[in-house]
Amino acid sequence: MRTQRSKNLVSQLVLPVMSFLMLYPVFWWIGASLKKNSEMGSPSIWPEEPMWENFTKGWFISADYNFTTFYANTLMMEFFNVLGGVVTSALVAYGFARLNFKFRGFWFSILLLTLMLPGQVTIIPQYIFYNNLGLVNSYIPLILPHFLGGGAFFIFLLVQFIRGIPRELDEAAKIDGASVYGIFLRIIFPLVKPALVTVAIFTFIWSWDDFFGQVLYLSSIEKYTVSLGLRMFVDQFEVQWGQLLAMSLLSVLPSVIVFFLAQKHFVEGIATTGIKG
Amino acid sequence: MIAKTSVYQESALSRLRKSAAFGRQHIAGYLFISPWLIGFFLLTLWPIVRSFYLSFTEYSLLEDPSWVGLSNYEEIFLRDEIFKQSLKVTFTFVLFSVPLKLLFSLMVAMLLNRSIRGINVYRTAIYFPSLIGGSIAVSVLWRNMFDLKGYVNHVLGWFGIQGVGWLSNPDTSLATLVLLNAWQFGSTMVIFLAGLKQIPQDLYESASVDGANPLRKFFHITLPMLSPVMFFNLVLGVIGSFQMFTSAFIITKGGPANSTYMYALFLFEKAFKHYQMGYASALAWILLIIIAVLTALNFLVSKYWVYYESEGGRANG
Repeated sequence: MRTQRSKNLVSQLVLPVMSFLMLYPVFWWIGASLKKNSEMGSPSIWPEEPMWENFTKGWFISADYNFTTFYANTLMMEFFNVLGGVVTSALVAYGFARLNFKFRGFWFSILLLTLMLPGQVTIIPQYIFYNNLGLVNSYIPLILPHFLGGGAFFIFLLVQFIRGIPRELDEAAKIDGASVYGIFLRIIFPLVKPALVTVAIFTFIWSWDDFFGQVLYLSSIEKYTVSLGLRMFVDQFEVQWGQLLAMSLLSVLPSVIVFFLAQKHFVEGIATTGIKG
Repeated sequence: MIAKTSVYQESALSRLRKSAAFGRQHIAGYLFISPWLIGFFLLTLWPIVRSFYLSFTEYSLLEDPSWVGLSNYEEIFLRDEIFKQSLKVTFTFVLFSVPLKLLFSLMVAMLLNRSIRGINVYRTAIYFPSLIGGSIAVSVLWRNMFDLKGYVNHVLGWFGIQGVGWLSNPDTSLATLVLLNAWQFGSTMVIFLAGLKQIPQDLYESASVDGANPLRKFFHITLPMLSPVMFFNLVLGVIGSFQMFTSAFIITKGGPANSTYMYALFLFEKAFKHYQMGYASALAWILLIIIAVLTALNFLVSKYWVYYESEGGRANG
């Protein structure tokens, strides 16, 4: 009986209050995107007089550049990132999970070790490498890694997932004369799709948020992504807070939409791949 | 956490059949992992080696690197005050933000691990800040809210508290960034939640039969069963916090008075603002060694508190 009461307390009080607290900055943000600079500190969420022009003025940030370009650039980059990540991480994971080759265990430990490697150690030589090839100020340094396995974390996730697929399916296909390539294409790839959705979502959101890489490799404004476009506001002499907050609000929309479209994958996708000892 | 590669059982028959195809499998195996392998050599291994070499040189991208021996390291350890400051800031940040985030996300995961009406709405609401967390947009939002005339001080004013410029005051700026980091506990929480879901319910049921109270259940079932996940989150949390960059770069630019001058920011500015590639490579190697030592320590200590089912005698659930 006691636990019943505490359950009700949690569901009726703690969770709603907590959700509200977590989301409060977001509510404030929505209101503030319509405020004048002078109103920013005011405690009311909704402005006295909504400045809808924050959105239009913010979008057309300067005479030469606007967010249409920045969104087009980012979405183009995202398309390749997600494509590369999904295809190559599945290939690599299949190799590790199902095929028997020399030093497999060794390479797999190396893969896991790279999960812990701080990016700062590789970033300088990588930059020099791209610089020597004349690829700085292009999208190649941002896209290429996604075509090279898409990141150790995703490979690990998929390896765990593929290990959960019954081997009898492979064996049956093998008896029917399928090669390892055929098994990958016709058995594993279709079955691994749910986990690939998780890979696609995370690739999308993380690339969208990867400020460090973008700031490093993209320098001319016509190549800017949305994040870099936002930074243009911050660098202004007098920050136009309303416009900045309005544009940053729009900038998180794609991630939010992706999140809601595939919401259950966030928890379940990870749960089914079994991150556990 | 690091997987012990499970040796799969196979019948003698299929093993025989396999040995014929074994040679082809070698090639196929390497073909399949080749994208990662190429990436590993090109973008990880070679850069690591190169970075080690560069750390003994002076290099500005314009001329070839010139060998200077240990002088970068000498400069860093003996004379560079900013190095000491950034190390202090980063350690403080890690020390506070990692436990805070772990504790908070475990608590929330336990709250969310129940089947009640509307639980999905709560999960979404609580995960939401983390979804947008890494983006520059959130950094901007916090910079504004914690301003001297910002929203937070207005609310504190209602309770008669005189706020400060949270981010412009050296005493509070780092704490504000810790708070921001903790607000984005979602992915840690999701991993805890996944771990909680995998604890067999019958353990709790038999504990109830034995008359265990919720507190005992927590310490004797939940915590031990969750310890591998806790370990995973701890290791990655420490590694991640050491590399904290965006919020320091956007919100405070390391200030005021270098109070939020994180190590990653220091390294970034040395490399890509002052173009001291050799010096920055030395900084990167020092960071690598610090993280390696801390991670190794974590693994060593884990023997005493992480519980693996497969070793505990239970069949793998």
